[in-house]
Amino acid sequence: MDKAQKRRFRPEGLLLGALALLAAVLCIVYFRQIAQAVGLFADYLSRGFIRRALVAGLSVSLCAALLGVCLVLKRYSMIGDGLSHVGFGALAVAMSLGYVAQSSPFYGLCRGISAHPVAFTTVVVMVLAILLLRINGSSRIKGDAAIALLSTGALALGVIVISTTEGMNIDISNYMFGSILSVGKGDVWFALGMCAVVAAAFVLSYPRLFAVTFDETFARSGGVPAGAYNLLLAVLTAVTVVMGMRLMGTMLISSLIIFPALTAMRVFSRFRQVVICAAVVSTVCFLVGLMLSCVYSLPTGAAVVGVNVLAFGLFTLIGRARGAR
Amino acid sequence: MALIRLNNATVSYEGDLAAENVSFSVEKGDYLVILGENGSGKSTVMKAMLGLVKLKSGEVIHSDGLKKNGVGYLPQQTRIQRDFPASVEEVVQSGVVNRLGRRLFPGREEKQRARQQMERLEIWEMRKRPYRALSGGQQQRVLLARALCATDSLLLLDEPVTGLDPETTAEMYEIIRNINRQGVAIVTVSHDVGQALRDAKHVLVMERTVRFYGETEAYEAWRRENG
Repeated sequence: MDKAQKRRFRPEGLLLGALALLAAVLCIVYFRQIAQAVGLFADYLSRGFIRRALVAGLSVSLCAALLGVCLVLKRYSMIGDGLSHVGFGALAVAMSLGYVAQSSPFYGLCRGISAHPVAFTTVVVMVLAILLLRINGSSRIKGDAAIALLSTGALALGVIVISTTEGMNIDISNYMFGSILSVGKGDVWFALGMCAVVAAAFVLSYPRLFAVTFDETFARSGGVPAGAYNLLLAVLTAVTVVMGMRLMGTMLISSLIIFPALTAMRVFSRFRQVVICAAVVSTVCFLVGLMLSCVYSLPTGAAVVGVNVLAFGLFTLIGRARGAR
Repeated sequence: MALIRLNNATVSYEGDLAAENVSFSVEKGDYLVILGENGSGKSTVMKAMLGLVKLKSGEVIHSDGLKKNGVGYLPQQTRIQRDFPASVEEVVQSGVVNRLGRRLFPGREEKQRARQQMERLEIWEMRKRPYRALSGGQQQRVLLARALCATDSLLLLDEPVTGLDPETTAEMYEIIRNINRQGVAIVTVSHDVGQALRDAKHVLVMERTVRFYGETEAYEAWRRENG
């Protein structure tokens, strides 16, 4: 029965073959240019800020892919989007607090927050992530509408705050679409640590995580504290979003969460394969995206998302050709 | 001694009483059908038995054997599961999470157990196949195998034949009957009166509170009297 299905003619297979052929021909024809581009990227890697962006970006990509598989399957995809917008608002507020007059009674507090804007943003986004999960859990409020309200509200607040304190300048575009220059030395270590935590949490709780993701009610009936796992998911997502937001941009970070998971699901239909494939796709796409952005001076976040879109298209074709869906 | 006993259990949802003063017990090897309209509190009673909802008053007592052995649960299928990427094997194996205790991963014993349940329900051959590609009846078998991974003594089934065609429904009831004969007590929630009743030993009729509770023959008489 399966064999007969495989033998049926699929136009997607033909298209895929043609694409592969085209890619091979292009590779051969433009071999020198490609080698040049790779060499150029290798040169770029000798610069500290690119190395930092590479390490931090790969860490964020890996975290986002792992968390993304669970978020997408639990129908929480939009949470990443909501969180990044709120993160933008919080970051803007935190930085503008540095302009508060010395005579203000909250001067000390404001100074403290503005000195650690990322820490402040992380806390705000974490609290919000927990709240959003709660809202999604109760059927009375529509979760997607709540996220839309919060994210546009926070975005508006952020834009207003930034424009009143500094005037609309280049910075806002950096926040919105990310900047490769934004990754400091401390951020790299933080990203690496975070990546280790997410990967370890994922591997160690794998059997329970699967049970909770596939069927929360069943998992709870077996004594698995599903609420705690959701909380963990929310907190880790919040940290990942804040970490990746400045590099990838407020508007683009959520794609790192959603794309790899969906891409992997086009081709694979076992949970373990989907997780591994998402992690690989996510890191490879980031690497290629960063390379393209360096060589052709494109904005990093947009380049990475662009590569993710291409990967999604390619995997969709492969999936169709294999008849997986 | 009863496997599980409810004493005047009352559950409220957002201020409204969903089930009031419910008392009954399930013995070893029993087969209980809980009947009732939508919103009559029958699913709530099942959730109370599993400890998934908080009781407002009253109590649910699990026997010592049940505590050690666990309860198997077949929930209604969710929207999420319909396109979830997972193989049959992965889904069934997730049934052993209640046996892990403090351990992180299932060991040889748990994997063997999962294999036995798959063989028991004749889905071992399709263990590598994607769950989402199966028919409704096959999916129910997989979820039943998962529930059996969690227990040897008590299985709770929430509308186990919803959405199945008549032939598959009959097949499903036969599987459940066989599991019951092997000594596993069954509690099933249903609004399908006909077939469920044929195998049941006890019947519980819910209408926010218990309208009827007794043996199946007594239920027939009660139904004739009460229309």
